[in-house]
Amino acid sequence: MQFEPIIGLEVHCQLATRSKLFCSCATTFGVAANHQVCPVCLGMPGTLPVINTLAVDYAVRLALAVGAKLNTRSIFSRKQYFYPDLPKGYQITQYDQPYCEGGEITVDQNTRVRLTRIHLEEDAGKNLHGSDASYCDYNRAGMPLVEIVSQPEITSAVAAADYLRSLRSLVRHLGISDGNLEEGSFRCDANVSLRLKGTTKLGTRCEIKNLNSFRNVERAINYEIQRQGDILEQGGQIVQHTLLFDADSGRTAPMRAKEESHDYRYMPDPDLPPLCLSADRIEKISKELPELPQAMAARFIETYSIPDSSATLLTSDRDLAAYFESVNSMVDGKVAAKIVANWVIGEFLPVATELKWDLTKPNIDAAHLAGLLKLLGDDVISSKIAKTVFEEMLKNGESAKDIVDRLGLTQVTDQSSITALIDQVIDANPEQLRQFLSGKEKIFGFFVGQVMKLSHGKMNPALVNSILTEKLAQRRE
Amino acid sequence: MSDLRPFSLSAAEISQRVHAGDISIREVADFYVQRTEAYASKLNTHLYWNASNIADQVKDQESKLKSGLKLPLAGVPVLIKDNICTRSVPTTCASKMLENFRPPFDAHVVERLVAAGALIFGKTNCDEFAMGSTSENSAYGPVRNPWNVDYVPGGSSGGSAAAVAADLAPVALGSDTGGSIRQPAAFCGIYGLKPTYGTVSRYGLIAYGSSLDQIGPFARTVADTALLFDVISGHDQRDSTSRAIPPFQTRNGVGSPDTNLKGKRIGIVKEFFSAGLDESTRQALSKAVDLYKDLGAEIKEVSLPSLKYSISAYYLIATAEASANLARFDGIRYGQRQEEAGATLRDVYQKTRSHGFGTEVKQRIMLGTFALSAGYYDAYYAKATAARHLISNEFTRAFANVDWLISPTSPTTAFRLGEKIDDPLAMYLSDICTLAVNLAGLPALSVPCGWDEKGLPIGMQLIGPPLGEEALLKGALAYEQTANHIGSRIPKF
Repeated sequence: MQFEPIIGLEVHCQLATRSKLFCSCATTFGVAANHQVCPVCLGMPGTLPVINTLAVDYAVRLALAVGAKLNTRSIFSRKQYFYPDLPKGYQITQYDQPYCEGGEITVDQNTRVRLTRIHLEEDAGKNLHGSDASYCDYNRAGMPLVEIVSQPEITSAVAAADYLRSLRSLVRHLGISDGNLEEGSFRCDANVSLRLKGTTKLGTRCEIKNLNSFRNVERAINYEIQRQGDILEQGGQIVQHTLLFDADSGRTAPMRAKEESHDYRYMPDPDLPPLCLSADRIEKISKELPELPQAMAARFIETYSIPDSSATLLTSDRDLAAYFESVNSMVDGKVAAKIVANWVIGEFLPVATELKWDLTKPNIDAAHLAGLLKLLGDDVISSKIAKTVFEEMLKNGESAKDIVDRLGLTQVTDQSSITALIDQVIDANPEQLRQFLSGKEKIFGFFVGQVMKLSHGKMNPALVNSILTEKLAQRRE
Repeated sequence: MSDLRPFSLSAAEISQRVHAGDISIREVADFYVQRTEAYASKLNTHLYWNASNIADQVKDQESKLKSGLKLPLAGVPVLIKDNICTRSVPTTCASKMLENFRPPFDAHVVERLVAAGALIFGKTNCDEFAMGSTSENSAYGPVRNPWNVDYVPGGSSGGSAAAVAADLAPVALGSDTGGSIRQPAAFCGIYGLKPTYGTVSRYGLIAYGSSLDQIGPFARTVADTALLFDVISGHDQRDSTSRAIPPFQTRNGVGSPDTNLKGKRIGIVKEFFSAGLDESTRQALSKAVDLYKDLGAEIKEVSLPSLKYSISAYYLIATAEASANLARFDGIRYGQRQEEAGATLRDVYQKTRSHGFGTEVKQRIMLGTFALSAGYYDAYYAKATAARHLISNEFTRAFANVDWLISPTSPTTAFRLGEKIDDPLAMYLSDICTLAVNLAGLPALSVPCGWDEKGLPIGMQLIGPPLGEEALLKGALAYEQTANHIGSRIPKF
């Protein structure tokens, strides 16, 4: 039997507002437990929710960016269940009338994933379990979230991870979320089912929670595809479960031994009037919509004549794209944009990723890197020396020019000193000269290498090449 | 010594005389502290009051007065129903669940009262979480009616109503979800206003049925009712259902008494005068209607056939909302917790809620939970919402032809203590005249309009269109000025 996996993804994305969704508490990550709470987000009796209008604007921004249908009137509902991390005994969310339906995420030129809906909701707190007691931290309670639900139409783990990367890139571009998986501001649940190839009816699905990296999304989905496939191959049936992924073992396991079916008793929240979006408000948000990743990549290819792959990579992150553009604007045209792109992607990005730099204020800022590239463009240093200088810059943040001056790395372009060194090298290696003269032209490289070695790489390579050619020709006469 | 006598001064007069330097805030406070000491426990009206807390407030208000501030409620003692939050002062909702619970903030209305110069004189007994019509569903014992202590004061705001009727304070606040201000006002022979939904902020009111709840004033005069409503009304951004309107007085206020009602059209709601109405209530209402006719008003009969759905719709919507609103009382963050060694989370929830809530509250939570359960939502909650729209639309059509509607506040006068406590259905039915007003979000005022043969007060309900408080208070003022039997009797308790 040939099975095909069908995957739907639900993403909880925390909106980067300064205050919570229904109260004025701050949203800073990592604050001491229960130090970012107030009577409203603690669900104290007598308190009432008031919607954060900026969170709504952010949510609308996302809806517009994915080309979805905005419902100008939507309803907040109460989703009821008892759990200690849920202060009111219900979560305020959107149920049968969300603010946004449809839309799609562009993954690449050939791949789009359609969305079912996006809705606004508040986050719950966190339960912490000690050895003899459990504790509640309500700092997260009331944090503003959008839940983005994809259609069940993704057919591989890799495609699922690609979709998530695109979505994360989008929310970061829009400036509505920092999309931080580790801090939980971008959380993913995957619904996985298998069906017989060529059929349309969806199989029984399992929901996998606790996927905190794109890699784990892939691992968990692949594991689950395998697990379900094995069961079906043996004629078994899939039981609908909520599963947790254990990153250590690479396996999924049911969250609860016995699946409890929840009746959330949704009802419209009488404390919140319908959320009404005026045409003016939508138009204003639409006008302020930043350039989206695909449009930006196309512009980069057009304006900077850089390869598609570089443009896609640079625009995968709004801050990286901004960094590239600002370096490029600071090199005064002394090096081609393609070279700038290569440096940003090949040298800067690996270091920035490794050292977890904040790309809005990286340790090597745009002016620093531009300074280095200008020296390169002016032939003050060779690209080999430039890499040495870059390494040096990482150590102490010194400017490229200071490093070059301090270490005397300025490229030698003075013809007489180059000629003198070349003569010296040729004289010191009579055997190699003989070989060259007898027709073994490959030995030319040996002489270049010797010159560069003795000059510590500072001789201008082009000049070395032309003078050496000339000098060797003279010896032949 | 002051010349203060029980039942002698209204809130408006206290404030005037305090500003005039005629009496001091301390003298007013001392007078009412003495009355509270003498009668509060007999009537069981108070769940909390504290003389030294009052003394501190007296000092605060006196210094505000000295600084030259105009305080509309200077030195006026106000009692607060115990489902309205008072900062650091116990707020129990008459429930064991919140025994010793002290909120970290003041309700919007309490802030307004304090800013207006009032003295928060204590917290009043009521039905637990405002669920009931007699104030017998209190974990702290029933409230007694000052007109006859063997009778209930009505509910759920019975403590506030009884205390004002007994002049333990000139005015008080209650909350009204289905009649909980108007019915006790009627049973206790005072005025009680349920304002238009959204005119008084619910911030700090511990919710029962959020789409129905509204805080409102109790007073012994129309002027005091208007005065208190003015202070507590107006927009509050902490309540998303609060209307963007200024306080009452700056809109229109009541103005001076006008007993010429020529051009006014009053609707008599046919359905409220049907079977089950006490003969004495029918006669009192009939006399009141005649009086309005004498004052020049045109009387019209109005039929609102969808009122027959109001009890069912109300008890589905209110309990559905209550089941969600009361879910937060789980013993985890505040209030009481029942916990034994080795207890599971489920045990904690079950024991805490089983022990903390009284019978009526549990009954309503279960009813609401059922109505919202999968497979029943459309049949119950959705239908009730549809009925609510029908009722609301009928009222809207009626107000195209009349300025206000008249009905009894309750089909009967006060019940004997214990008379209906074991018959919840009979109790629910007694709310027939008041529930529809909450479903439609309208303002309504209960006006004392006579006594039955047992000497128990009778109330007349005036119902207005949205934001029609002015018309109601003017109508009540005209009646108060001319029906000279009102205000002549004083309860003996």
